[in-house]
Amino acid sequence: MRLVVDLNRCQGYAQCAFLAPDVFTMHGEESLVYSPWADDEQREKVARAVAACPVQAITADGLDGPGEPAAAAGQGAPDAR
Amino acid sequence: MPAEQFHEWLRREGRIVVVGASLAGLRAAETLRAEGFRGSLTMIGDEPYQPYDRPPLSKAVLLGKAAPDRTDLPRRRDIDAVWRLGTAATGLDLAAQRVRLADGDEVPYDRLLIATGVRARPWPKEEEAQLDGVFVLRTRDDAVRLHRRLKAGPRRVFVIGAGFTGSEIASACRDQDIPVTVAERADAPLVGALGGVVGAVAAELHHDHGVDLRTGVMVTGLEGSPVGRVRAAHLSDGSVVETDLVVVCLGATRNTEWLTGSGLGAGPRGIACDAGCRAFDFRGIVTDDVYVAGDVARSPHPLFSYQFLSLEHWGNAVAQAEVAAHNMISASSDRIPHMWVPAFWSSQFGVNIKSVGVPSMGEQIMITQGSLTERRFVGVYGYQGRVIAAVSFDNTRWLEFYERQIETGAPFPVEYPTMDRRPEGRKAMPADFPDPSLPTHGPTVTLSGYSPADRRLVFTPSRH
Ligand SMILES: Cc1cc2nc3c(=O)[nH]c(=O)nc-3n(C[C@H](O)[C@H](O)[C@H](O)COP(=O)(O)OP(=O)(O)OC[C@H]3O[C@@H](n4cnc5c(N)ncnc54)[C@H](O)[C@@H]3O)c2cc1C
Ligand code: SF4
Repeated sequence: MRLVVDLNRCQGYAQCAFLAPDVFTMHGEESLVYSPWADDEQREKVARAVAACPVQAITADGLDGPGEPAAAAGQGAPDAR
Repeated sequence: MPAEQFHEWLRREGRIVVVGASLAGLRAAETLRAEGFRGSLTMIGDEPYQPYDRPPLSKAVLLGKAAPDRTDLPRRRDIDAVWRLGTAATGLDLAAQRVRLADGDEVPYDRLLIATGVRARPWPKEEEAQLDGVFVLRTRDDAVRLHRRLKAGPRRVFVIGAGFTGSEIASACRDQDIPVTVAERADAPLVGALGGVVGAVAAELHHDHGVDLRTGVMVTGLEGSPVGRVRAAHLSDGSVVETDLVVVCLGATRNTEWLTGSGLGAGPRGIACDAGCRAFDFRGIVTDDVYVAGDVARSPHPLFSYQFLSLEHWGNAVAQAEVAAHNMISASSDRIPHMWVPAFWSSQFGVNIKSVGVPSMGEQIMITQGSLTERRFVGVYGYQGRVIAAVSFDNTRWLEFYERQIETGAPFPVEYPTMDRRPEGRKAMPADFPDPSLPTHGPTVTLSGYSPADRRLVFTPSRH
């Protein structure tokens, strides 16, 4: 599962770090450090973090099922490289 | 074909080519599809990878919280593109509407988006730059190599340049107890981006975390061992620092060489475009079919006296890509301007640093919240009597308020009361930026071109 946090938007509320501590951690008072890649076991926790972020700063794909990115379901052959 | 019909045709079966398959390229492609573009889409990138994210490379990756080869950008949607990865674009034929590729192929387009970004400026002495143990940090490959060396436990890391990247690397080293020396030509870190007042706070951060910070010095040379491994750095004050790992953080160079001779308004400062992301040709006339987005673009911004801004900002790449994509497939009456207020973040020594606006345009600064000594504050920059930028150290929640102040041209010095305002924050002081005609590395915002308000035109030749 790939993810990215728009840190311009992130306000350091630490909701995500509370819900998915293996993926999101705080570094100091306000700085968020996150892993841009999360294993499948983390899916549910990441989905909760995405939903809970008060400023919707987290984008993740593959939240709906193993392997296939949700937003990119039905990805055609050219995309697979 | 009448304009309206043309755009309908373009959306249905036009050919769009994106050169530069990274953040701006990907977000533009997604926007094109989201807005109903059904034609063919070709993504050309010289790196062999699908688009990945760079900011973690100097943060989470070096802190060991992310693998360097696992920062691929998530997809917002399926973009159904033909990917030409690992293939550089080498030329552009504006008249024939074709992009030339390194493998000899040519790709025709009806609309072209250029998002070739920047690359790290290498250590200028070529032989020394080749030494084993000398690195830059821009790409995933750079990060993989640097990460491997850091894990091997170097005796000392030597960082050249205390801009954002250099400071973040130093911070990550200290976090893992790796001894690190940072050499900076200016009198403090981050001076090019945030000025001397804030730079002094950054210097304290380095000192408190045990960084051996050397300011006001130049690195005069790197010394190699007989087997070609770097072993020492020589400084202009005569000192020598023994090191087995050097990271060169001297800012970036825009990837525009491939456009030489194309007739496009492209040069070392980027590709000039209008506020709608349409590229200029070398005569300053806007093109109809070539668009620019991200780090490689320079565009005029009404909020900042129509100065041309080149921004090396993640958020700018996203916002500009979305505007460019929209405009590429829209008739002129539906086009939108790119009026993003510049915003940037950095994370170092456990402090969250953020800025909005263009600090380097500021003449004066006021600390409107918190205090410098506590390293938790908001600094507001003033230019010709109005608020032009703000920076926060561990105070991110307030930045949105200051963004509005910038957008509305609020007066400076700042008179309004704010939370946590201290007596020492009531007076403005010089923001203390270095002479703009001197090159600094890593300012991340570059003002280029002149302000029409100045009524003068000065040609400042610039080298790569
Ligand atoms: C280590 C690091 C840390 C950063 N941290 C932050 C941060 O904390 N906050 C922030 O706001 N920004 C940060 N940035 C900046 C941010 O990553 C950039 O603003 C963003 O990547 C710009 O995206 P882009 O798509 O315009 O350009 P790039 O990401 O540079 O992508 C351009 C792509 O085009 C390719 N290319 C170049 N020439 C050609 C050619 N002729 N043919 C084909 N392909 C070509 C390049 O190889 C590259 O893949 C950081 C950058 C780095 C390197
Ligand atoms: S929940 Fe959102 S705002 Fe809060 S730290 Fe996480 S990403 Fe940032």
